[in-house]
Amino acid sequence: MLEKKVTIINNAGLHTRPAATIVKIAAQFDSEFYILKDELNINGKSIIGVMTLAAAKGSELALSFDGPDEEKMAEAILEYFNKGFDEL
Amino acid sequence: MIDIEKQNVYKGIPAAPGIKIASAFLFKKEIETVTDEKIVNVDEAVENFNDALAKSKKELAKVFSLAVDKLGVKRAALFEAQIMILDDPVLINNIIVRIKTEKKNPEFIVNDEISKYQDIMTLSHEQYMRERSQDIEDIKNRIIRNIRKKKWKSRLSTGEVILVSSSLTPADTVLFSRMDVTGYITNFGGLTSHAAIVARSLNVPAIVGLHEATEIIQNSDIVIIDGFNGIVIVNPDEEQLLHYQKKLKKLEAVDLELAKLKDLPAITLDGRKIDILANLDLNEEFESIIQNGGEGIGLMRTEQIFQEYDSFPSEDEQTEVYSNYSQKLYPLPLTIRAFDIGGDKVLPVDVQEPNPMLGWRGIRFLLDNEELFRTQIRAVLKSSVHKNIKFMIPMVSSMREIELTKELISKCMDELKSEKIPFDEHLELGIMIEVPSAALMIRDFAEYVDFFSIGTNDLIQYMLAVDRGNDIVTNQYQEFHPAIIRTLNFIISEAKKTNTKVSLCGEMAADYKAIPLLVGLGLDSISVSASVIPHAKEIIRALNYSEISGFVKTCLTCKTEKEIHDILDKYYSDNFSESSNEFYSN
Repeated sequence: MLEKKVTIINNAGLHTRPAATIVKIAAQFDSEFYILKDELNINGKSIIGVMTLAAAKGSELALSFDGPDEEKMAEAILEYFNKGFDEL
Repeated sequence: MIDIEKQNVYKGIPAAPGIKIASAFLFKKEIETVTDEKIVNVDEAVENFNDALAKSKKELAKVFSLAVDKLGVKRAALFEAQIMILDDPVLINNIIVRIKTEKKNPEFIVNDEISKYQDIMTLSHEQYMRERSQDIEDIKNRIIRNIRKKKWKSRLSTGEVILVSSSLTPADTVLFSRMDVTGYITNFGGLTSHAAIVARSLNVPAIVGLHEATEIIQNSDIVIIDGFNGIVIVNPDEEQLLHYQKKLKKLEAVDLELAKLKDLPAITLDGRKIDILANLDLNEEFESIIQNGGEGIGLMRTEQIFQEYDSFPSEDEQTEVYSNYSQKLYPLPLTIRAFDIGGDKVLPVDVQEPNPMLGWRGIRFLLDNEELFRTQIRAVLKSSVHKNIKFMIPMVSSMREIELTKELISKCMDELKSEKIPFDEHLELGIMIEVPSAALMIRDFAEYVDFFSIGTNDLIQYMLAVDRGNDIVTNQYQEFHPAIIRTLNFIISEAKKTNTKVSLCGEMAADYKAIPLLVGLGLDSISVSASVIPHAKEIIRALNYSEISGFVKTCLTCKTEKEIHDILDKYYSDNFSESSNEFYSN
């Protein structure tokens, strides 16, 4: 299992469009993926779950990846977070 | 004359002109009630649930493609997320497992499962999370309805209807845009609400802020909507019906006349030419601007275009939109207003301010978010190769803001030069005059900018200290307050002294009564909604500039709004033909 911390860096935060993209990226991998914020642990493959996260610019999230392709999955997801959901 | 005292006559805020008589359609969000029931055949229930998902997906795909059509791919993203929910592995699996283990009816389980997520969203302090919960409500009801195999009943009866609703969301609007809605009446909202803007762009009458509209009006009531005067008559009597049928007939005749004005300039009887530009809020409006004979776009509200975008559009995305309009409009001018964010115009930036109207909005927000502002400036510059684009800054209140903006623009110009990207080096820069301090400093600002555009909505609210969105003080929001008229006069005459062009783009320019006054004050151009263009042309073509500049002098000495109203009313009854006067007065 891999654990990573990320910070939301785009102005608009984690709104509907990036939420959908994160779920789409996660769906390409077999590993499990969870997002932890304020004691809410959300399955990152569930769009309705990710949509419950109110994560504005500057929020910190803890991500966990667990499974056969966890490293590749973490890399893909982190890349998307680190480029500010293509909104920088 | 219509007797306003009659019991079935109600008054709201006239938001889009026109008169219609049709039956009412009350739009209420359908809420499916569910009860907890035991079931025997679990397999059938699961199959039923899966069918409902498939059916819902089909329905939403239709809405999605319609939204793409009407609003563009980006703004339709909201509906894409809804479709994804129907494929959500976690959600779907939980529901199926619960149906099997609890042996309860699927609609109960669906309601219970999805509501859990909504509860989390509603608990959030963020307004947008609460709205998101509403979006989820839509999809939940859709699944439940489909489990019950209820037919997707067309929400509107056939034939023309007047839509009555508490308020309208962008998603509702997408659906109604393809239906036979000939008028809008809403409980809430002002001239700048979504319903008002959409109605003007679709060229149908609308009345907003009629507080108990959904209580007063029942489904299938016959309703007369008079969008010129903000009057709604519910189940009219013979006399009222006759009165409005007569008006309608004449209006149709006048519309034919107005159509002929399309290619004629707005020129007074004694030869003074006024440029009639259009305000652009929605993509769909563009065509009618040209059809109605607009001479360019005086105000393109970029924040409106990107409102349901969910995020700030990139430089390339913006460049595409601006270039497209610039080309279609060429050689007519396109005035792009920088993102006017804050106040009542919110984008997904989570800031809670105790007093947003006096807070972080317009140029203040832009200068604090330099990257975002730079992105827009670069996109505007890159789109300016046809040399018909102007750029305009909202909410300017001090010299420093103009200096910083100009510095940023010249930096962007230098960048583009070194990147060898062509642009218009003489791009005209203007500022909105909507803060009293800016109005007082016109002459100083004129040295730094190419044009001014008066935004009356905000100018009035700041001068009179009246929140235009606050129903309680609506009566104090006086367009014709003597201080407003005198300030307009000051702005226009000061601008003339420095040979700086000045236009006006607030709702005031769409007020038939204000037009003679504005022309008389010496404005060279006004910018109005597309549907108002022919009316404005008609009025201007009947004016005598030398005469009105005389009565405007009298208005400048008035001490109350009423005195000014009386002068304008008298002017109308003396100068306008029976036919047009009839629509403009009630």
